[in-house]
Parts: sequence; structure tokens; C-alpha cells
Amino acid sequence: MLISDDSRLSFEKGSPGRRGIRLNAAPLGAKGLRDRLPAHLLRKRPLVLPEMSELEVVRHFVNLSRKNFSIDTHFYPLGSCTMKYNPKVNEWAAAHPAFTQVHPFEGDDAAQGILQVYYETEQYLKAVSGMDRFTLQPSAGAHGELTGMMLVHAWHESRGDSRRRKILVPDSSHGTNPASAALFNYHVVELKSNARGRVDLDELRAHLDDETACLMLTNPNTLGLFEEDILEITKLVHEKGALLYYDGANLNALLGLARPGDMGFDIVHINLHKTFSTPHGGGGPGSGPVGVKKFLEPFLPRPLAAKTGDRYHWVTDPGQSIGRLRAFYGNSGIILRAWVYIRMMGGPGLLRASQDAVLNANYLRAKLKNIFQVAIDEPCMHEFVLTIRGAKKQGIHAGDIGKRLLDFGIHAPTVHFPLVVEEALMIEPTETEAKEVLDHFVKVMGQIGEEMIRDPDLILQAPHHLPIHRPDEVLAARKPVLSYRDLLREKMLAAEGAPVSP
Amino acid sequence: MSYLPLTENDRRDMFETLGISSFEELVRSIPASLRGVKLDIPEGLSELELQALLERLGRKNLTTRDCLSFLGGGSYDHFIPAAVSQIISRNEFYTAYTPYQPEASQGTLQAIFEYQSFMTELTGLDVSNASHYDGATSLAEAALLALRQTDRATVLVARSVHPHYREVLNTYLKGTPFRAVEVATLADGRLDRADFESKLGPQTACAVVQSPNFFGVIEDLDGMSDRLHAAGSLLVMVCHPLALAVMKSPGEWGADLAVGEGQPLGIPMNYGGPYLGYFSAARSLIRRMPGRLAGMTLDSEGRRAFCLTLQAREQHIRRERAASNICTNQALCALAACVYMTLLGKEGVREAAEMNVDRAHTLREKIAGVKGFSVGTNLPVFNEFVVRSSKPFAEVDKKLRAANILPGIDLGAFYPELRDHFLVCATETKTAQDLDRFVEALKQC
Repeated sequence: MLISDDSRLSFEKGSPGRRGIRLNAAPLGAKGLRDRLPAHLLRKRPLVLPEMSELEVVRHFVNLSRKNFSIDTHFYPLGSCTMKYNPKVNEWAAAHPAFTQVHPFEGDDAAQGILQVYYETEQYLKAVSGMDRFTLQPSAGAHGELTGMMLVHAWHESRGDSRRRKILVPDSSHGTNPASAALFNYHVVELKSNARGRVDLDELRAHLDDETACLMLTNPNTLGLFEEDILEITKLVHEKGALLYYDGANLNALLGLARPGDMGFDIVHINLHKTFSTPHGGGGPGSGPVGVKKFLEPFLPRPLAAKTGDRYHWVTDPGQSIGRLRAFYGNSGIILRAWVYIRMMGGPGLLRASQDAVLNANYLRAKLKNIFQVAIDEPCMHEFVLTIRGAKKQGIHAGDIGKRLLDFGIHAPTVHFPLVVEEALMIEPTETEAKEVLDHFVKVMGQIGEEMIRDPDLILQAPHHLPIHRPDEVLAARKPVLSYRDLLREKMLAAEGAPVSP
Repeated sequence: MSYLPLTENDRRDMFETLGISSFEELVRSIPASLRGVKLDIPEGLSELELQALLERLGRKNLTTRDCLSFLGGGSYDHFIPAAVSQIISRNEFYTAYTPYQPEASQGTLQAIFEYQSFMTELTGLDVSNASHYDGATSLAEAALLALRQTDRATVLVARSVHPHYREVLNTYLKGTPFRAVEVATLADGRLDRADFESKLGPQTACAVVQSPNFFGVIEDLDGMSDRLHAAGSLLVMVCHPLALAVMKSPGEWGADLAVGEGQPLGIPMNYGGPYLGYFSAARSLIRRMPGRLAGMTLDSEGRRAFCLTLQAREQHIRRERAASNICTNQALCALAACVYMTLLGKEGVREAAEMNVDRAHTLREKIAGVKGFSVGTNLPVFNEFVVRSSKPFAEVDKKLRAANILPGIDLGAFYPELRDHFLVCATETKTAQDLDRFVEALKQC
């Protein structure tokens, strides 16, 4: 068979005494470990670890990798996740020893190359966003949002305004928005969207008061729609003394077309792992730089990248800084990849990328609306949302369509999100997919549309052609087995005939 | 543009499908006053030009291949087997999305499960999450968890915890009703237990102790967890993960949470990131844990399967009631750690750890004999220790750099009381010749 059906853990493979790597462990000093560390500081519990040869290890992981979908093997029309192609020269750069083998405490003069990358990336992000200054510390979008909440708080506090404990988010927002606000102890208020999927100005006015600290907004929003009233929205919010936070998850729609800074946003985060093509890595690492308008610069985390003459350096003046958001400076390897991408694309290339992302999405929307209902049927930006609420009588949910797509070698769209659309399928093709790929996707969706009527079970039981069928997620949560030791314990209990815990 | 496949023909066909004559018709919802952006970004380069440019930039970085580095302090130059980078460079791993579709992500999910298994082995605690951003943010989230769990207001933090980690914790607590209180360090680098006792109170949610601490010292935490638990507080430990191969584990010390930096496990120094925050906890804290968890289950045919689990803690389900806001984490770095641990295996991990202990103690003994330098204590360390210079450290640093040696981290920059003290790190990568060269250079100071 092509894909291995072996699901044994590394712990269940190999053999005692086998080695994956040989170290020359002879001590340089005259004493052994037990002369160096007293017995009461040594671990007693033995480590249970695999014992495998290098080939066994390599085969184990390479076979695992083959049980994955990935951009380099499959199409991912995954809304809001911007699964665009990850150019290989980015990876070449990030793996270059001149950048990987640099210690963060070497001093600025020993790190001029990577410091230049930090500095220039900030300049490019400013150009793209219309903001005045960036910190590149945040490690992901949600980390950027938390940074944003801290900046909002620091700003109001600096003006002696400590009543503002309320953060407004639209009901179509990403889950991280309310979670980030709550992590910082803010009170979250959800705004109901209007019938066209946008911020309802009356609803906004009704909730906007002198206790409002900030409105968090994604634009285009998670329905892929540009907030046409954005200038009115930012005006209303500012009039009430509150700030505007831009969730840059959907910035891929806007490069060179419009800038959050011009819309009136005070703080933005940008997901380098979306818009700037750095790989998702199976869930990270990402990078979520945060940009602000001039008046918030004193509050940004330190240190900040700067250039004096020809020399790049870190500025550590505390100012009114909110403080440090992580150790060292940022996810340098990710920032380097984004820098490479921007230099390769250039300004005109970035504009073209956004235009093609928007064109690809609209093309799919136009083709798919003959098969499924589009939630809000009007020109979209880089993504759009379908609803299959009509299929509920066959017991088919959006998630089932996603599962069936896997059988055709297409990753599921984002399903059951945004929450404002019942049975939502959120589709973002990105600019790096060819028209043939989109046409094939449409054909497959057409076939699934027919199956929904002809053979609903085929969909409900999907996927049929993957390494596993649907996993029992209820069992996983009811009886969590989260490590090899958990598994051993479960096995032991089962052997004893004890009722399986917990 | 090589990444953009649409041709002019494609665009024309697509316009026709859409019944439009120009792209502008698609973006009419953007107010006109926002349009007309001029992107101040240079023209794109060819890959040939880009590679040449990057090589030039790279030459402006000093790498540990070009010099002899004794820098540590939260970022370590450890040996990384070639197979680690080969495996994490598999396209199916690094270009995959978060494994929300388990049927299409068994590879990533099983690797996370194995990573969690390694971290629970090392820390001796029950559960590990799928990763956090880095050691510092992992610690901040552990403190938040303890504050919520105990419904108390204060976190005791040893002064010997990495200064950046303490800064991040303070950032996370600023503007909240919670605060961090520092626990002093003794002159020899150990935690001041008397100061800890005096600060432990009814509002103490947890105590955070690093071991080996920022000064390299392996702490003796005898009685610490009992004392904290009796007071209704938790013990949070921050540990170098490779040290845990030989050191008494957080679980054995009675810790409730163990967090820290996983970078030593197969991840390059990368000028500070991306790294790997690890986060392990006692089972009783599982519902409050931040981040993803991979679990083992069965598929509908009864076969072994893996999926993300206990997601009711997470932001995409619970929104403002989530245990944390974390979404994207450091999955590929966790995979690197997983591959590293698998390759080194039972014997290799222990040997690598012992080599660190050997190098650090051997070097410390040698430096103790150099005139003008003293090492303060003989307390057990893992791979770092403090050296005091009788001359200003800046002078020593300058001279050593001239000899192409990075002698260590200036502790005076973090601790005013430690002016002219520096932190020296020697990992398994250091040979007898390396140590001798360093000692000879110090003698010339």
C-alpha cells in the first residue's frame, strides 16, 4: 500500500539498546555525573523513551507526514486562513546557517544582517498598512490581539480614563477577538451584524458609550465583505473616545488596494503566516506584528528596531511601554521568510496578489452559486460564505460537506463559521491557485451537490479514502488519552478488568 | 510573477464569467477616498538576485560557526542531528494547516501526541499541551492559570527566573488586579527560602521557580511544594528540558505546572525565535490548560486515531469564556523537539544531558584557576554558571571578541548588583580544545 496503515507510536517501535544517534559522551573532566550532582537532585523516575535506529526514526516520521494534507500536495479553500503557496526560497533563506546560528545576545553589531531584516520588514508593513510604527514581537495573531488590548488599556490609563472596560466585537468576529479581550479582563460585548453581514450602525451607536475602550474589527470581515461604512464606523468610535483595533487576518484582500491606517484604525495586527506566505507548519509558528498610529508609539513593547546612519540597532528606552511580550525580539525565522516574500513580490506584485485573490474568490462565488446558496450574494473580497441550511432535512451539515471534499483530495473549507451564518462553508481560494484548480473544485462541489440528493449517506459517512474514518471525538474528550503514559495506564486498567477511568 | 498562476487569458475568462469589464467593479464597496494607495515597496527581485542579497546580509551576522560562543541565557547552541531538519522540511508537515480535520491530519496529530508524551516524561507531570509561543509566554499563561485556579491575586517569582520571562509576566499582569512579587536570590545564586517564607501569604496563587535558574544553579526545592500546597498555592517550575533528563523532575518535586523553553530540543538559535514554549500540568488543572491538546481515540471502524480534544477550553468554541486566546502555536517547533527526542532516544538524551553537566563543571573548575576571575560557588549546575571578573566586563568582552570568542552574557545589564559578572554556558558542543582556548584567552585579559 502507498500510505502506511501502521499507527504504532514511536514508543511502541524499536528495540532496547538501539540508537538513532551516537554521541561521544566521554567526560572531559575527571568526575562523573554522580560526583557532580548530589543524589537528591537527580531524577529517580526513569525516562520511558523510544530506542530506534536512524532509519526507523526517519521512516516513522516520513510515513506520518504522508498521512497529512498540505498546501504542497492539496488545495485548501480554507476561509480566513489564507492557505497560499509558501515559496521555497523563503525556506532556503530561513534555513541558512548565517541566520539560524545567531544567538540573540550577541549584540547589535554582530547581528546587522538580521537587524536589517527586522527594520526593513517594519518599513514594508508600515507601507502596506498605513500605520506609523510596528513591534515585531507578537508570535501569532492572537498574541498580537492581546498586545493590542494592552495598548488600548495603557492609552486610556495614560489619560486618567479608567472607566473604559468594554470591548465591542461584531458577532461575525474570529473567536480570538473576544478571547483576547477577556484574557486581559475586558468585558466583551457582541454587536449583531445587519442583514448584509456588516456592522449595523444603529447597533454600534446603541452600545458605544464612555465605557467603551475599543472596537475590534476585521475588514474585509469574515463573510469576505468590505465594511462600506468603515469611515463612519471609525468616526463614531473616535467621537466616543474609544480606539479601533484592526484584526489583520484578512489583509490579503487589500494589499495596495486600501489601508487600515487610512480607514481610521489605531492599532493593527498582521498575520505574516497568512498574508506574507510563511508556512502554517501544522499550526505554527506564525508571527503577528502589531502596528500603531504615532500617538500610541510610546506604549509599544520594547525593544524597537531602529537605524542610525548605516547602523541597525535596538532601542530600549522604556517610554510608557506596556513592556515585553516575549523573550528576545520576535520569531526571526518567520520574519525573515516574510521579508524574502515581500522582496520577491515587490510593491506591484503584492497588489497583483490581492487582485488575483479577490478575482479567484469572486470567480468561485459566481460558479458555486449555481450549486449552493451564497450567504450574502454580492461581490466579495478574498473569500465568501456558502450556506447549506437547506440540506438539514437530509441530516447533512456543513462539516459533512467538508469531510466529503477530503475524499476528492480537497481540504475542507472553514465550516460552521462565521457563527452568523447557519451551516456555513467559508471559502478562500487565495491568489496562488490556478483557474484549472478552481474549475476542478467547482466540478467536485457539483458532484457533492448531486450526492446530497441521491445518496446522503455517502456524505454522512465520509471520508472514505483517508487513513482513518471519522474519529470518535466524544470518546477522546470523555476519556482523555493524551500521552504514551496515559495509554499504558489505560491498558493496565483494562487488563485488570477495572472500569476504565476517569 | 512566478507565484501567481493567472494569465491574462484566465483573467479575461473570469471577468466574462463574472460579467465585468474591469477589476474595479469587484471592489466598489471600498470607499473611493481610501483608494489610490501607492505602495512604497521596491520592485520585486528575481530569485537569483534575492539569493545574492541574502548571502550579503548573512555575512553581516556573526554565527557560532565563525566564532567560539559561550552564550546561553535562554537560547542554547546544542547539537542538532541532520535528520531533524530533513524531517521537519517534509512539505506535508510544514505546509499543512492546524489539524482541525483529523482524517486529513493524522501525521501532525500523532506527532503532537508523541511530543506531548515526551514532555510529560521529561517534566514528570500528567499532561502537556501541543505547545506555546515560547518559554516566557508559557510562564505568563501558567501564572494566569494559577491565579484563576486559586482565585488569588499574587504570584511569587524568584529573582533568579530569566529576566525576560519576568518582564513578560509583568506585562501580562499590568492592568489586571493581579501582581507579581519578587523573591530574593542568595549571594551564591540559590533561591532565598527565608524570603520566600516571608512573602508566602493568603493571596499567593503560586510560586515560580526556575531550575537550573538564570545563574545556572540547580535548585534544591526540598519541602517547597508541601509548603505551598499547605498554603493553598501552586508550584510552577521553569526548566531547561534537556536538564530534566538527569535532574529531578518537576513532578518529583511536587510541582503543579512545568513550563519553559523547548528550543534546546533540536531547534536552532534563530536569533531568538521561533522557539517552543512547553506547558505541562497536573491532571487536576487540565480543564484550565491553554492551547491545543491531541488525544488518542478510535475511528468509526474501531481503529486507532488521533484528534484534537477538550476543545471546549479553546477560543474557537468558547470565545470570551475560553481558557486562553491562543490559536496558532509553535507546532513545527514541537515536531522538531519530537524528532530530536526520538532520535536521541533513551540513552542519547541522558548522555547529551550528562555531557552538558560535564562541560560546564569542567570549564568552571578551569576558570576558577584563572587570575582575575572567580566563580563564586561550587553549587551543582547544568550547563551555565556565573563568573566574576576583577576587570570591567566590557574590557574582557572586547578582548575575547577580538580573539573570536563570545565569553558570555553581561549580567550587569539585568542585575545592577552583578556588575562585571557574566554568565558562561558550555553545552555538549564544546570540546576540550574549545575549553582550553577560552581559558587561555581569559588568562590574557
